[in-house]
Amino acid sequence: MAQADARALANGAEPAPTDRAGRLQTADGVPLKTALRRAERRRKIAAFLLVAPLLFFILTFFVFPIAQMMWRSVDNPQVVRALPQTLEALQDWDGSDVPGEPVFAALHADMMADLERPRVAQAIGPLGIRLNYELSAARSAISRTARQVPNFEAPYRDAFMDSHRLWGDPALWRIIKREGRPLTSAYYVAALDREFDDQGNIVRRDENRRIYVQLFIRTILMSVAITFLTFMLGFPISYYLSILPMRYANLLMICVLLPFWTSLLVRTSAWIVLLQQQGVINTMLVQIGLISDDGRLSMIYNMTGTIIAMTHILLPFMVLPLYSVMRNIPPSYVRAAKSLGATPWTAFRRIYFPQTLPGIGAGGVLVFIISIGYYITPALVGGQSGRMISNEIARHMQQSLNWGLAAALGTMLLIGVLVLYWVYNRLVGADSLKLG
Amino acid sequence: MINKAENRRSTGGKLVSSGNRNGFVVFDRVQKSYDGETLVVKDLNLSIAKGEFLTMLGPSGSGKTTCLMMLAGFETATNGEILLDGRPINRIPPHKRGIGMVFQNYALFPHMSVGENLAFPLEVRGMGKSQREAQVKRALDMVQMGDFANRRPAQLSGGQQQRIALARALVFEPEVVLMDEPLGALDKQLREHMQFEITRLAHSLGITTVYVTHDQIEALTMSDNVAVFNDGVIQQLAPPEELYERPANSFVAQFIGENNKLEGTVETIDGERCTVRLDDGTVVDAQPVNVTSAGERTRVSIRPERVESNPQRLPEDAHLVDAEVLEFIYMGDTFRFRLRVAGQDDFVMKYRNAQDQLRLTVGDKIRIGWLPEDCRALDI
Ligand SMILES: Nc1ncnc2c1ncn2[C@@H]1O[C@H](COP(=O)(O)OP(=O)(O)OP(=O)(O)O)[C@@H](O)[C@H]1O
Ligand SMILES: [Mg+2]
Repeated sequence: MAQADARALANGAEPAPTDRAGRLQTADGVPLKTALRRAERRRKIAAFLLVAPLLFFILTFFVFPIAQMMWRSVDNPQVVRALPQTLEALQDWDGSDVPGEPVFAALHADMMADLERPRVAQAIGPLGIRLNYELSAARSAISRTARQVPNFEAPYRDAFMDSHRLWGDPALWRIIKREGRPLTSAYYVAALDREFDDQGNIVRRDENRRIYVQLFIRTILMSVAITFLTFMLGFPISYYLSILPMRYANLLMICVLLPFWTSLLVRTSAWIVLLQQQGVINTMLVQIGLISDDGRLSMIYNMTGTIIAMTHILLPFMVLPLYSVMRNIPPSYVRAAKSLGATPWTAFRRIYFPQTLPGIGAGGVLVFIISIGYYITPALVGGQSGRMISNEIARHMQQSLNWGLAAALGTMLLIGVLVLYWVYNRLVGADSLKLG
Repeated sequence: MINKAENRRSTGGKLVSSGNRNGFVVFDRVQKSYDGETLVVKDLNLSIAKGEFLTMLGPSGSGKTTCLMMLAGFETATNGEILLDGRPINRIPPHKRGIGMVFQNYALFPHMSVGENLAFPLEVRGMGKSQREAQVKRALDMVQMGDFANRRPAQLSGGQQQRIALARALVFEPEVVLMDEPLGALDKQLREHMQFEITRLAHSLGITTVYVTHDQIEALTMSDNVAVFNDGVIQQLAPPEELYERPANSFVAQFIGENNKLEGTVETIDGERCTVRLDDGTVVDAQPVNVTSAGERTRVSIRPERVESNPQRLPEDAHLVDAEVLEFIYMGDTFRFRLRVAGQDDFVMKYRNAQDQLRLTVGDKIRIGWLPEDCRALDI
């Protein structure tokens, strides 16, 4: 026994084995670094396998679609594909007047060439749609002409101008030349309520055609309002929940979480019953004489409706992080502050409130980011004035089918959120977020 | 410095009588119930002199924290009055009481640096910046933490946090400081060091201190007076020495230090002396404490280190008891024997480890005895 101990001691005193270069080795003579790497590798593979399914899912259904959306906002293949010869002929055109015969001949050749292609590969149809985004009569001009083109004879310039007056408009030609490149900024220009003037400069649109910038601003303001309202409603209730015994806290928490559990449509119809002009609230107000019968408030199908509904829906996203942060603030801090001479208000302001900031930050960021991209509630109860930018994006995707513009708006929204997050991170620090 | 002798005189040995309103901090017939059904604190009367270091000691749930919280103002007394410097404070909110407090988890504000933590009580009192800084520095130096003003509490060790908490409770120069198990989270060595620091500071600043602990060694080494709590009642309020040497009842005897207890009936009683016939017929000497007449049932209590196995050291007329050595434990500085005495197997005797000490081995049959004043006949 004593002997064995002595040997072990002697062993321990020997210097660790090294190879010729002086690197440490394990007892088997493998360099220590290699051995470590080997041991680590299995752990890394296991870790990767655990993450892989989600990673794959996110790549396929999140990163890839978003990249594709961003690509779509600048992708511009239609003109290049449909009118290669025309574009070439337009190279020397100065853009001041209707181009000459060679350009129209090239246009004729392009359109004839397109007719040769199989139906699915034809490029004239998409060209019409594309040009129509810029000039509203372009689609009908192109489709009408395309039908007559096989019968055209030289000189083509007159033939085209006969078939549709738009061919005699230099504006159309300017658009064709401008959009005759594989990438375009036109969608972003439109998304920022701007357009190209006759000289090709970017200028603001007429006042009555500006939509998106104002809508962005309104979306942000509404999101701020909703975030603020959820904070004002959520902070006291979270505080109260956090000081209640667990039993009661859980019960009350259910009331807060109720929005998660009821169908959006059920709730929406309830709101309509409640908030509409002939609805419960208005009727009550009229009956107690606060408002007159013709002065009924409109609280739904407008901004008020959207804000009320979204505040309700998003309240849990504020309450949950706040509650979890507050639960973990021991009451002894406020007590300590009071014992040190702070009034209850000072103790709250200087000691309690700062410790809830991670929760406020998390809740605020969550609510704000969710509401800035919210779609369904504004669509259901928002009416005209309660619309948000997402509704416009959806309209372009589903009705006007201007996917490029939808993608540009979506990308701007995405970048806006990222910028806001970056600002938040600079001001507060994202690592201070407490999400659960 | 406070006058220890005076304190000892004023509180000696018995349950404090009610109506003593002369102390600096006074609990007068205080009762507390949380649920309206049970009293957590029952008729508490306690008077603490200015500059006194009083420790509340007691088992878990005996109401110590509750008393502290009532004094600090975080709980209201259900009945009775608490006075501070002669003024009733029941209606004064906590922040106006000017009582410093050290919490068990320290409660240092995590979002403030150490310096800001210490400046906080001065700031809320509206003290100017330069004066504030000077005072914070003085307080930090006092606990030997002068270099740590810019650290966050999370960057300090447990012992360092403890000192900061102490400095923060003292920095605004309160006249009363409350500490609720402030050393609970520290290891033994640090505890002992901090016990010394705390008493040194409290005495040198002349602060009245109310200290709560589970740890009887802590209570004995630090305090001028110890109040032993059980079940919402103060069982004994006495200086440490008296508490250990002369426990007032069975609970205190059991709770403070180690005690052998033997049950029997009082046989004769004569002033400061009595004899007790144990249940197996053995007769022992004792000092009557809670017994007044022959024939009463009693529980005698004797400290292991006061048991004597060398009859020559005892007076002639002392009663001796037969004992058998059941177990011997070597503890370094002491020897510890487990004996069978009067049919009980858990009687403990302790020896100092010294050259001339009697050597005993398991199975030895010996006779033991004690001085009558070392053995106390208590309630049952
Ligand atoms: N807020 C409260 N509500 C209801 N009962 C309480 C409350 N605080 C304490 N109690 C009860 O009061 C009794 C005394 O509690 P207290 O905290 O004063 O004990 P303590 O002596 O400090 O114990 P410990 O040594 O474990 O800290 C316990 O039975 C406890 O359950
Ligand atoms: Mg306690």
